[in-house]
Amino acid sequence: MAFLPASEEALVESFGPHLAWEPPGGFAARGKPDRAVKTHCCFCGQQCGVQLLVKDERVVGVEPWEEFPFNGGKLCPKGVKRYLQNNHQDRLLRPMVRTGRGFAPIPWDEALEQVAERIRRIQQRHGRDAVAVLSGASLTNEKAYLMGKFARLAVGTRHIDYNGRLCMVAAGAANKKAFGVDRAANPWADIAATDLVMVLGSNVSECSPITTDYIWRARDRGARLVVVDPRLTPIARTADLYLPVRPGRDVPLMNAILHEVIRLGGVDHGFVAAHTSGFEDVVAAVREYRPEAVEREVGIPAHRIREAAALWVQAPRTMLLHARGIEHHTKGVDNVLSCINLVLASGKIGKPGCGYATITGQGNGQGAREHGQRCNQLPGARDVENPEDRKTVAAAWGVPEETIPGKGATSPEIFELINRGEIRGLVSICFNPMVSLPDTAHTRAALERLEFFTVIDFFLSETARHADIVLAGSLQEEDEGTVTSTEGRVIHIRPAVAPPGEARRDWEIIRDLACRLGAAEHFQFSSTRDIFTELARVSKGATADYSGITWEKIDRQLGVFWPCPSEDHPGTPRLFEGGRFYHADGRARFHAVDYRSPAEDVDEEYPIILTTGRVVSQFLSGNQTRRIGPLVQQYPEPKVEMHPRLAAKLGASDGVRVRVRSRRGSIDLAAHVVATIRPDTVFIPYHWAGKRAANQLTVRAYDPVAGIPEYKAAAVAIEVLA
Amino acid sequence: MIATLFVDASRCIGCRACVEACSECPDHGGQSMIHLDWLERSTTVQTAPTVCMHCEEPSCVAVCPADAIKIDAEGVVLSAAVERCIGCGNCALACPFGVPKIDELAALMRKCDLCYDRTSVGRKPMCATVCPSGALFYGTAEEVADLRRARPAQTFVFGAETVVTRNAAMIPTYASALAVGDGTIERSPAERHLEEALC
Repeated sequence: MAFLPASEEALVESFGPHLAWEPPGGFAARGKPDRAVKTHCCFCGQQCGVQLLVKDERVVGVEPWEEFPFNGGKLCPKGVKRYLQNNHQDRLLRPMVRTGRGFAPIPWDEALEQVAERIRRIQQRHGRDAVAVLSGASLTNEKAYLMGKFARLAVGTRHIDYNGRLCMVAAGAANKKAFGVDRAANPWADIAATDLVMVLGSNVSECSPITTDYIWRARDRGARLVVVDPRLTPIARTADLYLPVRPGRDVPLMNAILHEVIRLGGVDHGFVAAHTSGFEDVVAAVREYRPEAVEREVGIPAHRIREAAALWVQAPRTMLLHARGIEHHTKGVDNVLSCINLVLASGKIGKPGCGYATITGQGNGQGAREHGQRCNQLPGARDVENPEDRKTVAAAWGVPEETIPGKGATSPEIFELINRGEIRGLVSICFNPMVSLPDTAHTRAALERLEFFTVIDFFLSETARHADIVLAGSLQEEDEGTVTSTEGRVIHIRPAVAPPGEARRDWEIIRDLACRLGAAEHFQFSSTRDIFTELARVSKGATADYSGITWEKIDRQLGVFWPCPSEDHPGTPRLFEGGRFYHADGRARFHAVDYRSPAEDVDEEYPIILTTGRVVSQFLSGNQTRRIGPLVQQYPEPKVEMHPRLAAKLGASDGVRVRVRSRRGSIDLAAHVVATIRPDTVFIPYHWAGKRAANQLTVRAYDPVAGIPEYKAAAVAIEVLA
Repeated sequence: MIATLFVDASRCIGCRACVEACSECPDHGGQSMIHLDWLERSTTVQTAPTVCMHCEEPSCVAVCPADAIKIDAEGVVLSAAVERCIGCGNCALACPFGVPKIDELAALMRKCDLCYDRTSVGRKPMCATVCPSGALFYGTAEEVADLRRARPAQTFVFGAETVVTRNAAMIPTYASALAVGDGTIERSPAERHLEEALC
């Protein structure tokens, strides 16, 4: 039973979130640092280079790292203040076991033994798949690889998935379908060198702030900017053309733009004939999508849709970028494919200043989806259901092929299976589903139903509060490894300090647990470098080929772009040069996509579209950023953003408390009345837990291919509170 | 060819990286010398960073009864000298840009000194180093002319008073003029496009 072991208030009192404002001892006591460690920010997929200042073996501050080419010293406020997560009063310093009144310290030996014993007991009674493993995309490549191997060879379950399921999978699945590979097609330098940037569903300025600079560098050279978003975000405000799309209507918009591009003669027939297949189906599919035919549905006047097409056709080089805004949908994969169709039809890919990318969300959003911690995947971005891939990995791991379990459930499905009683035990790291999964009530019910739940974490997240045993792990700056940034650039995370107290490095905890589960022979690692060496070797010959990457090469080149198949290979910053794609025939694939409405569309009872997202000062489920004072101060509470016309209809004004209701639950919060959002849509940021969780409202509906939840379109009603 | 700050509010994304970075400067004690404001959040996401513009004839210096604010040889208007400043706040009232802050407890005025400890050794100020949008840029007028389409302005007209500054403000590409203090915010094309949304 995993009900909370104490009241929420008591847990907050002991474990926070409390706010850190200053380095240890205060700013005045900081003094001259002993060293500056060149590493990367622990938060988003931009993975900005940054130097952590260390004094007396404690992280005490930050200094920009101007030599790192991606960001050249630039940082967002999270990157500046991220150091305050270190030395934090909420930091978990030792393993703990739940008691009748909260959590009590327990020796490591006992903690690990209990975890192993409980896992085995459940598996003996209910089968190996009765235990699931959840992992995360903020983990290094080494840890992502280790988690996949841990689940398959030590726990022996097929149920391993990660929180990238809530982030990168729609783009990943679509990229794989279209290109045969899942990675940004271009290095970010190509954004600065283009003639037109088209940004769809990406609040670049708040969610990937450094990308703003690349876009402006292009505009300084005369490039145009088109932004598609239901909200007038800071990057959208200055766009040459802004298309305020109605949430969930990206396919009809993109099909209409392609329809118009075809009419304007913007198709590169030579490229289409030589390097792609399936174009005729797409031409047929977009025939009915005249701008006038779709303008009501997409919420944008036809002449603006035409303008977008004209700008696209006129620009010799284009860069199309998108993020979760078009991906967090039950047709997330279709939305992405509709963008790729436009890029392929005009032949604008695989050239300097010309291409396409999805902007990854989490720190290792790219690498964490390549090394085998997804339910359908083995290391090297191999397919767990492909016999050849299975054989290769089994040989590399030195196990019979049948030892490797088959495809498991996605992370949201794992929670469905817990609620159905099929999964009874859960091991979780780097995942805070109490904040991040849709329909919080359903997530809570699942956690309360578990027979055994263990969490590896550095702070007691809202999810970890439900754990039977909490294993105190490591912060990013307390371990060494590699991460693959949004560009596909593999970079080096350097350790700044050791874990405090009795806390241990995540990988050591996982390795030791694997040994206790009887899989010692497969986990003979004495450092994360050992894990990288194995990971690189296992990836040889796969799409995500890291076999020619070494930590020394990463340091020398300030990053290596995969694929990098041999020691003398410099890496591959730009994919698809010369129109060569990764399908066996070398051709890219078009996919005809038709419009489907959101899983839950508005009706009389719930007439307003809810969309969710991020603010610049918080990161994802907030387990780290809700503990950093200056970041919390910047945006302390979620508010519901609404247009003055909607506010007038509801009788609300700025600052007034309102109740937002959906079929799943309700949330009370202040109205933020701003004319920078569509009048039929409201926005709530999702970083908070409990009564402040936006996901109390969102719908448990998933993309049929990728399994990504529909965070960006749900139906709600709003009333003003007395 | 002197290096100085170029402030382009049109690029500002309101992220407050500059504010947070300024507070990390070794001698700032966790306080920021930058103001970052929403212009009028109810209608626009436009924000603007305000840093000391380092006037040629600074009002703050002119009105200081304690002679606490010095100008260095490079034209940088320094923060108040701790031993002289009496915290009277004249400078805060006189500054046309609203820059100086009074620390009432310490009876001390504090403001941006163009990161003297960094710029004096050839580095960029913290704020311009981290700014992710290039709204704050540190360099020479020649570099700006090479890199940017927007034009720098170092002359500001506040009613009857003309102020010439060392730092420059960039005139946004879509605006016809740099309007100071007339209270109107010119709508960007994107803001007009949202008004056309079909609901």
